Amino acid sequence: MQIPAQFDYVRASTIDNAIALLDKHGEEARVVAGGHSLLPMMKLRLARPEWLIDINDLFELDFILPEATRLRVGAMTRHSALLGSADVARLFPIVIDAERVIADPIVRNRGTIGGSLCQADPAEDLATVCDVLRAEAIVRGPGGGRILSMDEFHKGPYETSLAHNELLVEIRFPVRPRSGSAYEKVERRVGDWAVVAAGAAVSLAEDGTVDDVAIGLTAVGLDGTIDEAETVLRGQQPTEELFEEAGRLAAMASLPVADQRGPVDYKRHLADELTRRVLRRACERALAAQSTTTQEG
Amino acid sequence: MTITEVHAPNPAAGDADRPIGYGRIQRKEDPRFVRGKGHYVDDIVLPGMLHGAILRSPVAHARLVSIDTSRALAHPGVVAVITGQDLLGLKLAWAPTLSADVQAVLVTDKVRFQGQEVAFVIAEDRYAARDALELIDVDYDVLTPVIDARHALDPGAPVIRDEIEGRTDNHIFDWEAGNAAETDAVFASADVIVKQEIVYPRSHPAPMETCGAVADFEPIEGALTLYETSQAPHAHRTLFAIVSGIPEHKIRIVSPDIGGGFGNKVGIYPGYILAVVGSIVTGRPVKWVEDRSENLMSTSFARDYIMQGEIAATKEGKILALRTNVLADHGAFNATAQPTKYPAGFFHIFTGSYDLEAAHCKVTGVYTNKAPGGVAYACSFRVTEAVLLVERMVDILARKLEMDPAELRLKNLIKPEQFPYKNKTGWEYDSGNYERALRLSMEMAGYDELRREQKEKRARGELMGIGISFFTETVGAGPRKHMDIVGLGMADGAELRIHPTGKAVVRISVQSQGQGHETTFAQIVAEEIGIPPEDIDVVHGDTDQTPFGLGTYGSRSTPVSGAAVALVARKVREKAKFIAAAMLETRPEDLEWEKGRWFVKGDPSVGKTMAEIAMGAHGTVTLPEGIDGNLDAEVTYDPPNLTFPFGAYICVVDIDPGTGHVKVRRFIAVDDCGTRINPMIIEGQVHGGLTDGVGMALMQFIEFDESGNNLGGSFMDYLIPTAMEVPNWETGFTVTPSPHHPIGAKGVGESATVGSPPAILNAVVDALAPLGVTHMDMPCTPARVWAAMQGRATPPI
Repeated sequence: MQIPAQFDYVRASTIDNAIALLDKHGEEARVVAGGHSLLPMMKLRLARPEWLIDINDLFELDFILPEATRLRVGAMTRHSALLGSADVARLFPIVIDAERVIADPIVRNRGTIGGSLCQADPAEDLATVCDVLRAEAIVRGPGGGRILSMDEFHKGPYETSLAHNELLVEIRFPVRPRSGSAYEKVERRVGDWAVVAAGAAVSLAEDGTVDDVAIGLTAVGLDGTIDEAETVLRGQQPTEELFEEAGRLAAMASLPVADQRGPVDYKRHLADELTRRVLRRACERALAAQSTTTQEG
Repeated sequence: MTITEVHAPNPAAGDADRPIGYGRIQRKEDPRFVRGKGHYVDDIVLPGMLHGAILRSPVAHARLVSIDTSRALAHPGVVAVITGQDLLGLKLAWAPTLSADVQAVLVTDKVRFQGQEVAFVIAEDRYAARDALELIDVDYDVLTPVIDARHALDPGAPVIRDEIEGRTDNHIFDWEAGNAAETDAVFASADVIVKQEIVYPRSHPAPMETCGAVADFEPIEGALTLYETSQAPHAHRTLFAIVSGIPEHKIRIVSPDIGGGFGNKVGIYPGYILAVVGSIVTGRPVKWVEDRSENLMSTSFARDYIMQGEIAATKEGKILALRTNVLADHGAFNATAQPTKYPAGFFHIFTGSYDLEAAHCKVTGVYTNKAPGGVAYACSFRVTEAVLLVERMVDILARKLEMDPAELRLKNLIKPEQFPYKNKTGWEYDSGNYERALRLSMEMAGYDELRREQKEKRARGELMGIGISFFTETVGAGPRKHMDIVGLGMADGAELRIHPTGKAVVRISVQSQGQGHETTFAQIVAEEIGIPPEDIDVVHGDTDQTPFGLGTYGSRSTPVSGAAVALVARKVREKAKFIAAAMLETRPEDLEWEKGRWFVKGDPSVGKTMAEIAMGAHGTVTLPEGIDGNLDAEVTYDPPNLTFPFGAYICVVDIDPGTGHVKVRRFIAVDDCGTRINPMIIEGQVHGGLTDGVGMALMQFIEFDESGNNLGGSFMDYLIPTAMEVPNWETGFTVTPSPHHPIGAKGVGESATVGSPPAILNAVVDALAPLGVTHMDMPCTPARVWAAMQGRATPPI
């Protein structure tokens, strides 16, 4: 049995209570949601919080709400709920692609979208997904709320712009017409962190050209989306040649480091290969969405 | 799951269609396991029990300058802190290993691997013990480590075992088998010679339950009760008596339910000894249970063989000879568990399943700054390494000769009429019908159809591979005259008692770690004496309640203890005949046996059941001269030879050309373990071993960085396969009974672990053949496969 260092524990009863507790206990307090990153780190004594603020009673943060122009997801929504949501599958297939390869069902039953984003692991799949969907993070603190873009939210590996007394409460995904998205990950084994993964979201104009596109890579040292690869596609009819060019540029932009999952050249190769694959699939899905819309129209 | 049954005559099993003992029955032990009522070492709580925790070295090689325990001792709840200096005073700082070496219990002079035991804290609870570890101040003078075994014997390499007087290098042993000159002569005139370095990287058995112990020393009687995760309780008792000086009759070792062993729980770890010392020092019971990282970093690893293989053949594809030089990394202490005569285990079975003219192997063992171990993970004493070598070499030869690998194997397999077959390194294979097994596996796989599919896919640029492995196992160690472990002969006892009402208890020396002994051994007795398995209790794991024997490893339980149990049951059956004769007032020679009953020849209506005979034995019947009033017996079985199970495995993989990701699509496993006692248990063993094989072939690897840091110290870094990585296993079997085993059984526990990795690896290399790849080493992770696809395959070590 791996034993963490000593800590105190308290269950928050409301969002305000959670924020008050964070405010009271200061920098050495940590929020525990699903606990699937924090608890292993504590057991290995890599994390040694003095206080754990448990927010698992905050059922008001567990929701998936489709609205006309956006999808609202509560920070305490479990991976398994996202994976099982028909709304999510219809609007953002990339989330389903990613959720299917996040850990295993046991972890997905406990882990939350908010926990994943706040952990900010560089190999975290949902960070890339939120980046390419241009999601917004809704944050609450003692002084009220603020809305952050993902660029503003993420500061770097294991680092967010949340103050110690702020809580991520919601993630909002804008809904676009004629759009498609996809995610693909290479892992050594199911449940392992990504060797490399890629995500893409594409919106087509009515003439079938690319209206907007976002490309993100997981576990290769990049934050945010890859503008230089996206540029080659904007305004163009999507073609295999352009996917190849985008893949090449994404690989060039990537900054992988060698580790047990693979050397740099392999990870660069995957950045290229997976970028092409997710662009191809996202465009296929956007076209399918377009034809569905047309039929419905 | 597809099950293809091929029935062969199985005289030892009696009427195969109406088994009393043998057959597919549910496991007797499972009701407690599926209800969560198993009782493991960590479930044991004794009054006044204290908890121990081990401080481990963060560095691989360092001089111990000083150690200050005062802050730890002052921590609330801490009762004692033991260091190497304390153990020196007790003459317990060093303990013998299972390979005639010694291992430090706690560091006294020098740290020799990362994770080595430095100090032992004993506290009122495990939390205080763990917290206090951080309060021990140790000053290390870090030394250059020896990590790469290829450089362990370089002149000027740091000497790891400098505490041994006169030692100037890291050499442990050189060991040879076969005939070098004859082999060289065959090679000199052969048409075709192929060479390949084949690396079997270091892995770890990673049983679900880690190692642990609860020691309870009773000072007035001077008696020690030790509950521990042991695969060999009797051998451990003898060793504890020798090491500790506590008389053997005052030591009781109990191995309760064990959550997996795979060879990881054969040896005696410092933690067990420290729990005992802790109990003696404090006068209270002491529990020590390691955590996952401690298990992965400090307990018995497996493999770590670098093998230079060479195979010689005629241009028509007749294999003539095989030779190999092996560099074996044994870590910082030579602590492998294997028969004394064989420092490389049974590696010299590397001639495999083929009829060769000559063979020679040489194995060199070296010390490195890594955890000790070497024989673990269901390897059948290094048969895993041997099978990987020969099965890769045969595949490489097939490629060179442009022959189908199945065809090349069929051409060279030992033929049924050649058994018993004496190979060129001294083994006598007891029995086999190899061609039948290989042909069955090919039929189940649809081999020709698979090759056609592969051809089509290759034309489209898809990477599909078909891999074959044919293995011969070497299990059931072993004959006392050849085999011992630290001087203890490898024979097993068994005791059987039939209670007056006809219920039975059989006591065995081998301890189950999940193999289903409580069912299998009851079935063997049931078959022999004709009472149902549910009326037979199997007692094991407690040295006070069971006869002496060497323990469960090397797939030896059924070949050795299974034989002992069959023989003790026959002894009881024979005794029952005399008692039945007395009861029936007839002569024993006038009686005939049918399952469960002796009856009068020619008059089946007159007879006595085992229950009636048992009551008679304990009752008032006048017993014949020399027959005492019970229905009990005991035996000790010394096997005349090992048994040689075998199998033919075929694996189909698909590789993503863009990512190098390997998907095992199909796996066909035909096993022949002789007489089959419980097919369900056999299939379970095979499924588990095949899953292990997927792990070894695709992901498992205990890697070190150049400073000697273990990079596989958690399940985030050391990957073991899940249900998602394994296909629907397709198992089949043939039955070739062992001629010398009382019931013809051969053992099966490790067959699949031994046989499956080469099938998967051969499939991967076959898939990559269109890219010009002729070899790559395991693990076949996506990155390593992709490197091979680029023509840049590298050994893992």
